[in-house]
Amino acid sequence: MSKNTDHKLTELPKKKFKLMNLVWLIVLVGGFFLSVNATNAHISVLLDPANFGQFTEIFVQMCHPDWSYAATAIPLLIETIKMAVLGTVIGSAVAFVYSLLIARNIIKNKAVTGILRFIMNIIRTIPDLLLGAIFVAVVGIGPVAGVMALSVFTFGVVVKLFYEAIETIDPGPIEALTAVGANKLQIIHFAVMPQIITYFISYVLYAFEINVRASTVLGYIGAGGIGLYLQQTLQVFSYDKTGMIIIVIIIVVVLIDYVSSKSREALMK
Amino acid sequence: MDNTLKKLPPKPVNYKTRTIHWLIAIASIVIIIWSFTGMDFSGIKATAGQIAGAIISGIFHPDWSYVWNGSGEDLISQLWETLCIAFLGTFISAVISLPFAFWAANTKHKKWYASRSGKLVLAVIRSFPEIVLALMFIKAVGPGSAAGVFALGFHSVGMLAKLFSEAIENLEIGANEAVIAAGGSKWNIVMFSTMPNLMPALISNTLYRFDVSVRSASILGLVGAGGIGYPLIIALQYRQWNRVGIILLGIVIMVILIDWISGWIRKKLV
Amino acid sequence: MSEQPMIQLKNVTKIYGNGTVGLKNINLNINKGEFVVVVGLSGAGKSTLLRSINRLQDITEGDTIIDGKSITNAKGKNLRMIRRDIGMIFQSFNLVKRSSVLRNVLTGRVSYYPTWKTTFNLFTKEDKQKAYEALQRVGLADKVYTRADQLSGGQQQRVAIARVLTQNPKIILADEPTASLDPQTSRRVMRDLKMLNEEYGMTVLANLHSVDLAKEFGDRVIGVRAGEIVYDGKMSETSDAVFKDIYNGGNGKEADDE
Repeated sequence: MSKNTDHKLTELPKKKFKLMNLVWLIVLVGGFFLSVNATNAHISVLLDPANFGQFTEIFVQMCHPDWSYAATAIPLLIETIKMAVLGTVIGSAVAFVYSLLIARNIIKNKAVTGILRFIMNIIRTIPDLLLGAIFVAVVGIGPVAGVMALSVFTFGVVVKLFYEAIETIDPGPIEALTAVGANKLQIIHFAVMPQIITYFISYVLYAFEINVRASTVLGYIGAGGIGLYLQQTLQVFSYDKTGMIIIVIIIVVVLIDYVSSKSREALMK
Repeated sequence: MDNTLKKLPPKPVNYKTRTIHWLIAIASIVIIIWSFTGMDFSGIKATAGQIAGAIISGIFHPDWSYVWNGSGEDLISQLWETLCIAFLGTFISAVISLPFAFWAANTKHKKWYASRSGKLVLAVIRSFPEIVLALMFIKAVGPGSAAGVFALGFHSVGMLAKLFSEAIENLEIGANEAVIAAGGSKWNIVMFSTMPNLMPALISNTLYRFDVSVRSASILGLVGAGGIGYPLIIALQYRQWNRVGIILLGIVIMVILIDWISGWIRKKLV
Repeated sequence: MSEQPMIQLKNVTKIYGNGTVGLKNINLNINKGEFVVVVGLSGAGKSTLLRSINRLQDITEGDTIIDGKSITNAKGKNLRMIRRDIGMIFQSFNLVKRSSVLRNVLTGRVSYYPTWKTTFNLFTKEDKQKAYEALQRVGLADKVYTRADQLSGGQQQRVAIARVLTQNPKIILADEPTASLDPQTSRRVMRDLKMLNEEYGMTVLANLHSVDLAKEFGDRVIGVRAGEIVYDGKMSETSDAVFKDIYNGGNGKEADDE
């Protein structure tokens, strides 16, 4: 290299030691071993020939579905879809009004929005099947418990997405309507609604996709729908029938996902 | 300026779009009405109001003695087990998801059927009910949290690999080309360009999935795959409302804390 | 002047939450039918002044009187009825982008209707016709059923002017109506505002940062600097030196923007 002192190149400085990276690594590795210990989920447990053989055997049986069982499944499949529709409609309707009440650009009172948001955040934490179990305990076994669980769950999904969409709208039209002398409802109708209605429909469709998935297993805990057959067939070890039910579920879920996501794309154009 | 102001012309109508809109509206309404048919709302138990009241009262008068009694069957131990199931399940699924994600990602220099088939496989995994998977693992390794871990680990692949593959699709290819131009092999591209660029998205998606997994882990117990769900369903069946209250409180606090921590980390990542 | 002023500001002061002074003890009378331009640097308080008049911002002290009625403490329906008499044009047009032009223009009339009627879009035929006529006045009749987001900036601002015309107010506040437009469309928009002033007798109060436009269209000039009125006079008697003074802060220091 050149000996010219003007171009003297300095040595590579040592890479800075980042303490936080080490901390994260320890958390990750430590968490891994702690979890393995706590859950006893050693990979050897799974790969134990007896266990793994059992698993594959069930799987193989499921892969030879009992096609004749498909016809039996139809009525409960319809009930499942009905549950998902009703849960979506009821939950979204409540979420619609609630979102307007917790959007800070609509309701200026921070105490009101704060309390309502707190309630919403708590409802959102409860998983769908847990809601199902609670409602089965409250209203008894049957699809009504499922509809209620799905409604509450839908509410949680839609309200979060929707109020955030409301808060990001262009504030200009709201200001213009205020200056015109419009009242609150007129402002919502003319300045807010046109900006958010497509988002709302899109979120409702999204919630419907999730609900169809959720409704297929709700029956397992007695909250109505095709999940009931999952429980019945698994209990008597007739995995060929379970396999049939699962295939039906997968077809319906994939189909509805596809239709719904295509309509959402069309909507957002 | 002309003062002869014209009359408002009628709104021009596009019959095709209008018909489509009407059809969609009518179809939606028909489906909703149809869904109400056969729903027997009168079948609600007469005691429903009473039980709902009891649960709410249980939440406000929780069974504090259950929080910690050192037996390993108390709330703290069960929540800890739930967290461990979620952690390990997410860990496993993140590892499995990576190859699946590269398979399903729709990038250039790839045959169309490669990514299509990958996406289809992921869609099927996603749609395979988690609970059924958990029951299959229970048959294999016996009831308990290990079954929950494996169920969660495999089920999460469907969603996580999808998110990963979307992250891969959104990568800038500029850095890849730089490595290619320097004479790098395919493996070099992955190590020096793809992975470093991908890392933030992978971590962020995994953390997000961890949030979801915590929720899932708390219901796996309903079918006997470990965690807090099992004591909850027992308490519900034996009508121990105060215990139901404390378990619900425990779940809510745990989920909120985890959401909060992972949200904080994700924010730091950006 | 014996006549009751259209807009009257008495000792109006506005202090923002963070302690910034927006307006300092403003006293101002504006008479019916005047075309007043407010000039000054950005941040001098022009917008605050306008937005205090229809109370898009609340003032800290003082009183604002619109056509004999105080707006300062008006609430609910009273406030809305006063606002109905004050039209406003915004820098960013503030149209509902996903709605049609006609619907945007009709929103100028919502305060004339009870809520339930507006909810079901029960605007009268006369009002729809009125809206269409307003659009003809600004030369956008052919766009009546177009969606607002398909128009150019200048066209959108003219839709906003049609909206104000349909509202039929006594006063128009124009907050930097031309700031997002090119010079040619700016002139077109200002001509439309002037038309409202001359043909319909509406009192116009416009913030402008362009001295050329101010000179061309204003009857009266108000200079604002640091929240205070530093000049108030007829346009015909205002020399270039005055404008220079308003913009340069009176001490010869050049402003660094605009």
